[in-house]
Amino acid sequence: MSISANPVLDVRDLDISYSHGDERSTVVHGVSFTVEPGEVVALVGESGSGKTSTAQAVIGLLAGNGRIERGSIHLNGEEISRWSARRLRSIRGAVVSLVPQDPGSSLNPVLTIGAQVREILEIHGRLDRREADRKVIELLTNVGLSEPELRARQYPHELSGGMKQRVLIAIAIALRPALIIADEPTSALDVTVQRRILDLIDDLRREYGTSVLLVTHDLGVAADRSDKIIVLQGGRIQEQGKTADVLASPQSAYTRKLLSDAPSLAAAKPRPPLKPGRPTALTVSNLVQDFTLPTGRNFRAVDGISFSVARGTTHAVVGESGSGKTTTIRSIAGFQKPTSGEIRIGDLDVASLRAEALRQFRRKVQLVYQNPWASLDPRQTVQAIVEEPMLNFDSLPRTEREARVRAIIERVGLPATVLSRLPHALSGGQRQRVAIARALVLEPEVVVLDEAVSALDVTVQAQILELLAELQRDLGLTYVFVSHDLAVVRQIADTVSVLHNGRQVDYGTVDEVFSSTSTAYTRELIEAIPGRKFPHAETSRQFIKAGPLS
Amino acid sequence: MTSIDTFAHLTSTTAEASPRLGKRRGVLKTLRNFPYGLALAWLVLTLVLLWAIVPWIFTSYDPLQGTPGGQLKAPSALHLLGTDSLGRDLFARIVYGAVHSLSGAVAAVGVGLVVGSGIGLIAGSVRGRVDEVLMRLVDVLLSIPTLLLSLSIIILLGFGTLNAAIAVGATAIAGFARLMRSEVVRVRNAEFVEAAFGSGGTFGKVLWRHILPNSLTSVVAYTAVQFGWAILQISTLGFLGYGAPPPTPEWGLLIAEGRNYLATAWWLTAAPGLIVVAVVLSANRISQSIGRSAR
Amino acid sequence: MTRYVIGRIGQALLVLWAAFTLSFILLQAMPGDAVLIKFLNPEFGLSADQVADIRAAYAVDSNIVVQYGNTLVNFLRGDFGYSLQAGVPVSAQLATNLPPTLRLAGLGFLAATLLAVFIAFLSSMAPFAWLRNAIQSLPSLFISVPVFWLAIMLIQIFSFRFRLVSVINPGPWESLVLPVATLAVPIAAPLAQILIRNIDEIRTRPFVAVARAKGASETRLLWRHVARNAILPTLTIAGVLFGELIAGAVVTETVFGLNGIGGLTEKAVGNQDLSVLQAVVVISAAAFVTINLAVDLAYPLLDPRLRNRSGAAA
Repeated sequence: MSISANPVLDVRDLDISYSHGDERSTVVHGVSFTVEPGEVVALVGESGSGKTSTAQAVIGLLAGNGRIERGSIHLNGEEISRWSARRLRSIRGAVVSLVPQDPGSSLNPVLTIGAQVREILEIHGRLDRREADRKVIELLTNVGLSEPELRARQYPHELSGGMKQRVLIAIAIALRPALIIADEPTSALDVTVQRRILDLIDDLRREYGTSVLLVTHDLGVAADRSDKIIVLQGGRIQEQGKTADVLASPQSAYTRKLLSDAPSLAAAKPRPPLKPGRPTALTVSNLVQDFTLPTGRNFRAVDGISFSVARGTTHAVVGESGSGKTTTIRSIAGFQKPTSGEIRIGDLDVASLRAEALRQFRRKVQLVYQNPWASLDPRQTVQAIVEEPMLNFDSLPRTEREARVRAIIERVGLPATVLSRLPHALSGGQRQRVAIARALVLEPEVVVLDEAVSALDVTVQAQILELLAELQRDLGLTYVFVSHDLAVVRQIADTVSVLHNGRQVDYGTVDEVFSSTSTAYTRELIEAIPGRKFPHAETSRQFIKAGPLS
Repeated sequence: MTSIDTFAHLTSTTAEASPRLGKRRGVLKTLRNFPYGLALAWLVLTLVLLWAIVPWIFTSYDPLQGTPGGQLKAPSALHLLGTDSLGRDLFARIVYGAVHSLSGAVAAVGVGLVVGSGIGLIAGSVRGRVDEVLMRLVDVLLSIPTLLLSLSIIILLGFGTLNAAIAVGATAIAGFARLMRSEVVRVRNAEFVEAAFGSGGTFGKVLWRHILPNSLTSVVAYTAVQFGWAILQISTLGFLGYGAPPPTPEWGLLIAEGRNYLATAWWLTAAPGLIVVAVVLSANRISQSIGRSAR
Repeated sequence: MTRYVIGRIGQALLVLWAAFTLSFILLQAMPGDAVLIKFLNPEFGLSADQVADIRAAYAVDSNIVVQYGNTLVNFLRGDFGYSLQAGVPVSAQLATNLPPTLRLAGLGFLAATLLAVFIAFLSSMAPFAWLRNAIQSLPSLFISVPVFWLAIMLIQIFSFRFRLVSVINPGPWESLVLPVATLAVPIAAPLAQILIRNIDEIRTRPFVAVARAKGASETRLLWRHVARNAILPTLTIAGVLFGELIAGAVVTETVFGLNGIGGLTEKAVGNQDLSVLQAVVVISAAAFVTINLAVDLAYPLLDPRLRNRSGAAA
């Protein structure tokens, strides 16, 4: 990492624009940065910050309507931004390669893994068939895949998400490129898998001496894994510098905001402990949920989960994909009948309710979905969306209904002008506020939040979490909060259930679960949370490590 | 409904363009972005619709009465599209024939739309055994090639314009049923529909407020395609002689009659055929624009 | 897997049986007695008794359920009854008319596939945007053309105008050129449309971007990554295309005056020859059901995602 060597990548005054019909809009403005040999540089920003466009420009993969307006991109000293497609092809894969965002759809479904790894060797072909096959196995072994010979013969759908990402990394490192562009390489993966994949990229980088341009929305990932951070907002660089320096003393207001909004163990202000003696709002006892697979076999998604939630508190249900957390809350919300077990809200057993009683029960429990793009009818105005639950129950006069809609919209922090708009005219955060307003308009006792903030940018996420806390204080709401993000959970929950493969492995107050008394699985989850190198992270880290190992 | 929106949008852009003559760039941009194909499609359909309603405005000739001595005349200023073997003006026959083709197509699509969408809606909303039985019935309808199915129905009902329309409509049922069902199932699985049930909606209310409005656009787009397709089918039946009897100037029949004079009077087959192509193409273009606005 | 195959075959047989029943209801159970229409014609000069004898011979008078049973058993044995018009067994008529239609349909389908693939790939590979757009709009033009009119126009242009193809006493292959061209157009149109749509859709998938990032050329992308993923789903419209093929054959054989199933059908409708029409309907339905069954059973073999799912589940 000598300073005298030429940078691998030198981007100067880069402007990128996209055309939409007749309009051209510039999305990247005068971006300049360098990546030195062996260095990991993180491009950090929220959606629309231009981080992905910048990365795509470097590998010459801008979408058809995108164009480099100005500036230069020097790769290994050669200016490539004006190169022809044919010339660019000769360096793609060989000098600069890509680890894509979504491993699930980034492999061709009808070709074997082996064929897809071998392809990059064929394209820049210097190996004969047998040598190439041996190299494929070697690469698959290097990225830590078990039984590489078997994997090479398998098709993408037979591999898990983490395994697919390993295959894609194998492709990216195959020709020992000077630079790897990792575009949100782990955002589609569970935290424990994310950690292993990032470790792998780190190890390979060290072994091969490759530089990495890491594109991420997750400041925690950037903090842990990069030497240098570039913070982008609205297509402009807000700040860049050595990672440690940026984290320790951020210069721009935006970076400070990102740092304070990013959920991390460190930033979490612990909630005051619960006073005992609160009445119970929700009790789940021995919940079991079986599904019949298309093959006729039974699959137990949820196996004997029990917890209770006191009124006015937040209970978090945590787990990775496939842990049964979504199944659990769908049973609570009355969308499916439990195979066995009991769910009590007040004096009602949800499982015993039929048609009309179930409909009446819905006034007590409301669900807020993860994706505010899918959970609002695209053809209804905000007014109609929020008003609808009232139409299903009491026949209130029109003026009364409108007054209530107006009040609740104001309550969730939206201006009255949104009432006449359609969902597509709103931002993600605004939509989620509308979804919350719809859930609250019936004045429910329990609100179930299904990953309700994980589709949002961190600054918006922080605002919604703030809103939820405020509503809970003022209205005495009880939340069941489902999340994969332990950092968020630590920040907002009073009690936690940790699920793993359908079983509840830990249950208790936040302090209990996050302390050393929890199971190995929960501790692995906590360890995997990115953001260890955040300025104040040391304290919480010690907090975890200090406890006696069970 | 959406097609009217598109149309309104289309006219509003032209209206906007005129006062801005000073701003050259704005006008140029509007001119470049103007959907000429779509405008032309609407123009063709409007014109043909007018032919069907008030044919006498467009021609002074009688579609059934020929001029003696004026047989098989080539197109000229006097006879825009020439005359047929009985001296009848071909343009007049095409204009007066519009009503037969259009009403036939409307009736056919109406049968398909009402019966097919009804089946699809029930199958998609009720699910379970009813769905299974209805969709197997649709499979049976699909298993008989459309032309053979309409021929079987025509044999049963007899020849004629209305019977041909019913026969074509019957073959459209399966398509509408499948589309409607898949749309209902698609919308039903959408999160906002679950959210509507979750906020206490009854099945009927959710169906009316969310499922129907959100599945309708595709059905409207499909209806436009089917309209063009029905015109084709009806003209085919007319050509084979199973539709309207002569001397009705139905378009398919016009082509069949002109076929005997291929070597001498090419216009007798070319002109009505081109009209059919234009109408069907327009219907498809409009359907496409509706479908695009849906997503 | 075996259970799936057996279930799928059972379902196909059920549909076929229902199609037979539907055709029986439409063509035989309903009033509109073809025997009466033909033999009550004064030209025959038959007495009422003689007509009754004939009716008995054709078994049209017996109970409808008995009739249904008889017809079903006869169909299963390959006996489709007698053509009222020609007075010969329907099976004999089918035997003479099937080969020319199969030849026409086979060639038409082949030409259509070539045309569709040509259009689809040209529409994404042609050098200029305007040319790509023009090629992309070809299928919707093709779909809008009435087949019978196309046939007539082809005769007019190539036989009368340019005298390239003789209409009087053409050779066996020469007589097929225009019919095959006519038939190819309506088949190629939906095929090309679905291909173009799939190619456009597949090109936006992330795995294509990954292949591009490997340094793959456009040709390689298209053939190795896009083509196979785009072509697979077109198999599912094979049944629909078969229907188009039958309709096309009826019209084409009528216009060109060719012998074949299409011409036979057209005459049968004109003469109210119900046995012939029912035989054609049931055989077409059988072919349709078989094609769809074959596609369903073959699909897992061609798409690894389905192959392993059914394999792994067992």
